[in-house]
Amino acid sequence: MSNPLISVGGLTKVFGDFTAVNGIDFDVAKGESFGLLGPNGAGKSTTMRILAATSTRTSGTVEILDKDPEQFGPLVRAHLGVVPQQDNLDGELTVTENLYIYGRYFGLSKKFIKGKIEELLEFAQLEEKRDVKVEALSGGMKRRLTIARGLVSEPDILLLDEPTTGLDPQARHILWDRLFRLKEQGVTLVLTTHFMDEAEQLCDRLVVMDNGAIMAEGSPSGLIKQYSSKEVLEVRFGSDRNKEVAPQLSQMCERMETLPDRVLMYTEDGEALLEEITKIKLHPTTSLVRRSSLEDVFLRLTGRTLIE
Amino acid sequence: MKTAVQIAESRKSSAMYAGRPWVLLERGWLAFRSTNWVPVVTGFVEPVLFLLAFGYGMGNLVGDVTTGSKTIDYTLFIAPGLLANSAMNGAIYDSTWNVFWKLNESKLYKTMLSTPLGPLDIALGEITWALIRGLVYSLGFLTVVTVLGLTPSFWAILAIPAASLVAFGFASFGMAITSFFKTYQQMGFINIVLLPMTLFSGSLYPISVYPDWLEKLIMALPLWHGIEMVRAFWFGDLDSGVLVHICYFVVMIATGLFVTSRRLRALFLH
Repeated sequence: MSNPLISVGGLTKVFGDFTAVNGIDFDVAKGESFGLLGPNGAGKSTTMRILAATSTRTSGTVEILDKDPEQFGPLVRAHLGVVPQQDNLDGELTVTENLYIYGRYFGLSKKFIKGKIEELLEFAQLEEKRDVKVEALSGGMKRRLTIARGLVSEPDILLLDEPTTGLDPQARHILWDRLFRLKEQGVTLVLTTHFMDEAEQLCDRLVVMDNGAIMAEGSPSGLIKQYSSKEVLEVRFGSDRNKEVAPQLSQMCERMETLPDRVLMYTEDGEALLEEITKIKLHPTTSLVRRSSLEDVFLRLTGRTLIE
Repeated sequence: MKTAVQIAESRKSSAMYAGRPWVLLERGWLAFRSTNWVPVVTGFVEPVLFLLAFGYGMGNLVGDVTTGSKTIDYTLFIAPGLLANSAMNGAIYDSTWNVFWKLNESKLYKTMLSTPLGPLDIALGEITWALIRGLVYSLGFLTVVTVLGLTPSFWAILAIPAASLVAFGFASFGMAITSFFKTYQQMGFINIVLLPMTLFSGSLYPISVYPDWLEKLIMALPLWHGIEMVRAFWFGDLDSGVLVHICYFVVMIATGLFVTSRRLRALFLH
């Protein structure tokens, strides 16, 4: 990658005798939307804190716009917009005051921020809530305000840690739409998530993390192509019979995963496979043909599901 | 128009200090405008109540007090001591409970440290805010005292800078101590120290009435130095003892600032 915005090599973070991040490497290019996908405890948030110049590393190299965040903390943080996992808005202040004072922390002039606030309120769809104390906002509104706040300083990179965790489906879709707009405007996004649909929607490229290590890297569709088949047939025979029929089924497809509640059969043509199964008189109680997703990639790589 | 990055580049901002402590004052003012005024008023009223109850109540029984070579009216004697107390209360209120909240509950400092601000910006800003509060309390108290006709001369106005130093010292030290506390039980420890110090530090009577060992102990504590310093300026009795009191507070301020900024860094940038 020529002149990446973020460059990470052999990054390791050890807490006591626990290795949270274990020698990971990745680059992020300008304008790219880059994701860290993995289950809770995979080391995503620790990695994000190191990128955000609020945590030190045990070993390895990190460069953000050619600067080491450990040496140039304040300067690196001036380039970043940070959206943490837990909303940390200023509960004593109103919506506009939150945006205003955050800009002041960056040393921006009052005049500049005042103009910026109007733009950000519109972006966050919070014009009508401008003078409301943030405590009175819904979860989705708070999250949109936190993102807007991160944009006050017009950052080169926006870091988002689990941006939609804890939000209801409608609020998630609104948020995705907002993030998509940022992406279109050319803002570089780095986000962590344990939702595969979120990763598929928002990321141009992602790494799959587990136990502090990177298991695979690529575009969502590229990873699916590389690690999974085109389609997946999900069949259920009831929790007792799933295991019983598994040996028979495994002969019929490229690859198979037996989960406690269902059997996943990887194939190029799901409907055809289902027909074959019915032909040999194995009658699943339910069946579903779907396209492969990142969930299947994760299952293939780690033998576990993303959300357990 | 300068961008955030140009601003960060233009000053040699170190990891500890971005040179913008005043944004903390701005934030303090925004939050204060809509705050609950009850604790603010209580902090101011307390020393006034002490002055009325002890000055006019006890004062009638006690009559005059002899301190050093002077004999003065009791109410006049306790006024500067209560002024020092008032400055301390104002500073302590912000630098302990409010700081504890921002450290552990609202995580405000953590948020600030994810911007280019440094730990020393936060320490200086918050301590200055607490100092201003202490200053406002002492100004209010001085006004009441003047209205009651208890100010000995125009020079008593010099007691205000002295009271500010007291406020600065307690704000700085209070924030440093608070940065080590994680639970509300530990915070209770602060009151356990403050109450006896307030009662025994000689705001209501000269500490020469104590046995020798207790007198020495009290003289080691900051509030006694604060009371003696304010009292010296109040009556215009300036001698070398005042210098000692000033040095005591300068050391207290420096130590508090140093410890607080180190602690913030250890807590949020590790």
